[in-house]
Amino acid sequence: MAILSKEEAQVLLKKVIAFSKADECEASLSGSEGGNIRYARNAISTAGDVSTLNLSVSATYGKKTGSASINEFDDASLEKVVRRAEELAQLAPENPEHMPLLGPQEYKEAITFQQSTADMTPESRADAVAQSISVSKDAKLQAAGYIENSTGFNAIANSKGLFAYNKDSDVIFSITTRNEEGTGSGYAARGYNDVKKLDTLSATKIAASKANGSVGARAIEPGKYTVILEPVAATYMLENMFRGFDARSADEGRSFMSKPGGGNRLGEQLMDEKVNIYSDPFNTELPSSTWSRDGLPLDRINWIENGKVKNLAYSRFWADKKGVAPVPFGSNIIMQGGDQTTEQLIKSTEKGILVSRLWYIRLVDAQTLLLTGLTRDGTFYIENGEIKFPIKNMRFNESPVIMLNNVEALGKVERSISVESYRSYLIPPIKIRDFTFTSLSDAV
Amino acid sequence: MKRKDFLQWSAMGLGAFMLPNIPAFGRSIDPLEALHEGIDVKLKKELSDVALNAAKAKGATYADVRIGRYLNQFVLTRETRVQNVANTESYGVGIRVIANGSWGFAATNKVTKEDIARTAERAVAVAKANSRVPADPVQLAPQKGYGEVTWKTPIEQSAFAVPVRDKVDLLLKVNSIALQGGANFVNSGIFASNEQKYFASTDGSYIDQDIHRIYPQFNVTKIDKASGKFETRASFSSPMGMGYEYLTPTPESKVSGLVTRYKDRYDILEDVKNATADVTQKMTAKSVEPGKYDLLLDPSHLWLTIHESVAHPTELDRVLGYEANYAGTSFLTLDKWRSGNFQFGSKLVNIVADKAQPHSLGAVGYDDEGVAPKKWELIKDGVLVNYQAIRDQAHIIGLKESQGCCYAQSWSDVQFQRMPNVSLQPGKDTLSVDDMIKNIKKGIYIMGNGSFSIDQQRYNFQFGGQTFYEISEGKVVGMLKDVAYQANTREFWNSCTAIADKRDYRLGGAFNDGKGQPSQSNAVSHGSSTARFDGVNVINTARKIG
Repeated sequence: MAILSKEEAQVLLKKVIAFSKADECEASLSGSEGGNIRYARNAISTAGDVSTLNLSVSATYGKKTGSASINEFDDASLEKVVRRAEELAQLAPENPEHMPLLGPQEYKEAITFQQSTADMTPESRADAVAQSISVSKDAKLQAAGYIENSTGFNAIANSKGLFAYNKDSDVIFSITTRNEEGTGSGYAARGYNDVKKLDTLSATKIAASKANGSVGARAIEPGKYTVILEPVAATYMLENMFRGFDARSADEGRSFMSKPGGGNRLGEQLMDEKVNIYSDPFNTELPSSTWSRDGLPLDRINWIENGKVKNLAYSRFWADKKGVAPVPFGSNIIMQGGDQTTEQLIKSTEKGILVSRLWYIRLVDAQTLLLTGLTRDGTFYIENGEIKFPIKNMRFNESPVIMLNNVEALGKVERSISVESYRSYLIPPIKIRDFTFTSLSDAV
Repeated sequence: MKRKDFLQWSAMGLGAFMLPNIPAFGRSIDPLEALHEGIDVKLKKELSDVALNAAKAKGATYADVRIGRYLNQFVLTRETRVQNVANTESYGVGIRVIANGSWGFAATNKVTKEDIARTAERAVAVAKANSRVPADPVQLAPQKGYGEVTWKTPIEQSAFAVPVRDKVDLLLKVNSIALQGGANFVNSGIFASNEQKYFASTDGSYIDQDIHRIYPQFNVTKIDKASGKFETRASFSSPMGMGYEYLTPTPESKVSGLVTRYKDRYDILEDVKNATADVTQKMTAKSVEPGKYDLLLDPSHLWLTIHESVAHPTELDRVLGYEANYAGTSFLTLDKWRSGNFQFGSKLVNIVADKAQPHSLGAVGYDDEGVAPKKWELIKDGVLVNYQAIRDQAHIIGLKESQGCCYAQSWSDVQFQRMPNVSLQPGKDTLSVDDMIKNIKKGIYIMGNGSFSIDQQRYNFQFGGQTFYEISEGKVVGMLKDVAYQANTREFWNSCTAIADKRDYRLGGAFNDGKGQPSQSNAVSHGSSTARFDGVNVINTARKIG
């Protein structure tokens, strides 16, 4: 069994720590179980089923730390892994950035685990896929998709008495449908803690309608346009920015959060006043871990408040150096939305482009966070509040920081997944003016 | 690498510094433990037979088993200190079967006969669950069993046998050169990987392989605090299918020019000195005027353009739609190949796939479904002539056997079609880079790979670089910055008007090419000589925020 209960994990970790003779010792356990199915051309192509459980130990003498890990759990193995970490610590160079371990912390209970997801089987995955394939066949389309469920747990304990435990479940589903001629393509992606919320049939229907709706795309001239990014497109674009909410790289002068003349942009009005971005592990739509990797408790924290930089993450070392309290990265990211549906955002648009999905986003310039990438799987021209016709895909060169200065309106928040990292976020559809497209693509 | 792992690393402040794939289940080990012999080959054969027999007993019509020990070492430093030294080991068994005409796969990290038998049964159960969804049965190209065979990357010195201290000393010396030269920050690292993998199949192959790769690299940053501007220059090293000997420079492996570049041996101390000078020059370089330019692309840059615009679109699984939900499909559809006259590039363009190329990242003795690798033409005199196919795809393009390019990143991942090394052949006529520069009136000479992005059918791409030199009237006149070029793949390759001869041929490569769901990483090299492309659209990437 790869998933240990809180009590089982605590007993095991206590036993491990008791073996240690080092100044400080930290032990962590992680286990996961899960499976996946991949399908294409309306048939299953590959499927797998993997489980694993691992124990890691770090031992510290002064500022010298050594780490070792093992996946056997008898007493002799547990002692062996502690001794090995201690031997490695004695040999290690001093780490000037080493911080003493944290003592016991109070954590609130996370709401990340759902038994229904843990109970998924190869058969239930195959049934979910069969539903999706039947929708695609009925619509005379070719489906390619992926479903993956996983249950995992993490626990840490240290020689100063800290103990933290979290168990979570996750299911992700994504579907692309294309017509036989290769002239239309649509996509949908879903991610949940609870598989009961997953409806592969309705997601495939959305992908199918985008595929059929994107046939006959016309070319328009690249340039600056008002765009409505659907949540799955906005998520991928913004994911690249969230990682930059870090004080150290900003203070070092090598991030878009760096201030000319030195220091960081904390307190600066960097985006439109409508922009609010925060982390909250207790959000019921996007629950996440209530502690960080180094054992700090996590609670709600605002990163961008009314467009101002409210907080940046400070590692324990950097906080100590700067004389401030440490600020751990959040375990999820939420962008506040508005009341409008995507349809209402379209209705209020005189001329613009609806973007269903973005693809292959890469950093062009770290200084301004300029990103490039392309639209994909359903791009539509809007005129006088209506979708007029599908348009050919285009490449953009745009910075999410500049983009969030040009927000016209925010729609209702939705849970969506990044098409590259598969992480879940809560992001609204976003209407932006002056979004920069730089060339046309023939890709469908 | 898995994107999730990357996010964790980047959260630790390593930013865009490239890190190799660390298998998700890798556990930390003592550097000396990496040198221990893996389990005896006789025992591996016994364990494999347990898997194959258990699968057959449950109704599998085909089965293969991979017992893998995957070792990684990474030594990371920044400025004057060591950031991390880690050795990881990932050890386990992956079993793939065909039952009721469907594929099934299961993996375990418990390498005992009982667990292996149970895992084989789970793989059959997965295949049978999948066969509930109607589909054409899997059609495998025949493959003769090789019996008991072995293969090892021909290395001179295993990177794992070199003491960590020596690597740390070298990297701190690299950093010190950069800091002395005026850099504000420098990251450096040496990554080494060793795949010890045993493959057995119901076809009668028992293949034991020992595969080595190495990737030394650094990134130099210079900052102007007053303006808040910063510039970086990454190393001109390549990841290689070599041992630690890659870090022992030889005069004949150096390519002279505006700045020294390297073939199969790398001088990291010389390169960091050059990089620090480059980054200083970049701070005051002229911002490019957008427009059409003739581009001269160095192999340290061109490998990535080959990778994205040639190697990916010729993957048969993409062409057929198996990657449609993730990486996408391909504009090189079967009708274009069948026509026999689809002009992918100019007549100068000859591109080959070669899974056995010496010193390359892809080089193996046998692929991960037990097929000896081959060398074949993808683009001949500019015309599309072939794709990349494995056993269950060969029949689709009329091949009688697999081309031997099947790979899994770890024992815990299922193997599938991955690109072999794909390389542009050097020009047939004698031609030096200096002569190529002389013929260009308005151009940009690009070295090193930078930003990269391409659409899901591989038509429209955009690439940056590390350093850019303006060419005017046959002469290099200075450095440029804020350069990226955008093009359509077919137009770009048809605009190729010159390729330097074989004296300039070098390998570049990707340690972590991602593909598949769940995403898997593959290491692959791409060789070329410097090539010229006429009239390519260049954009200016400078912006202002805050």
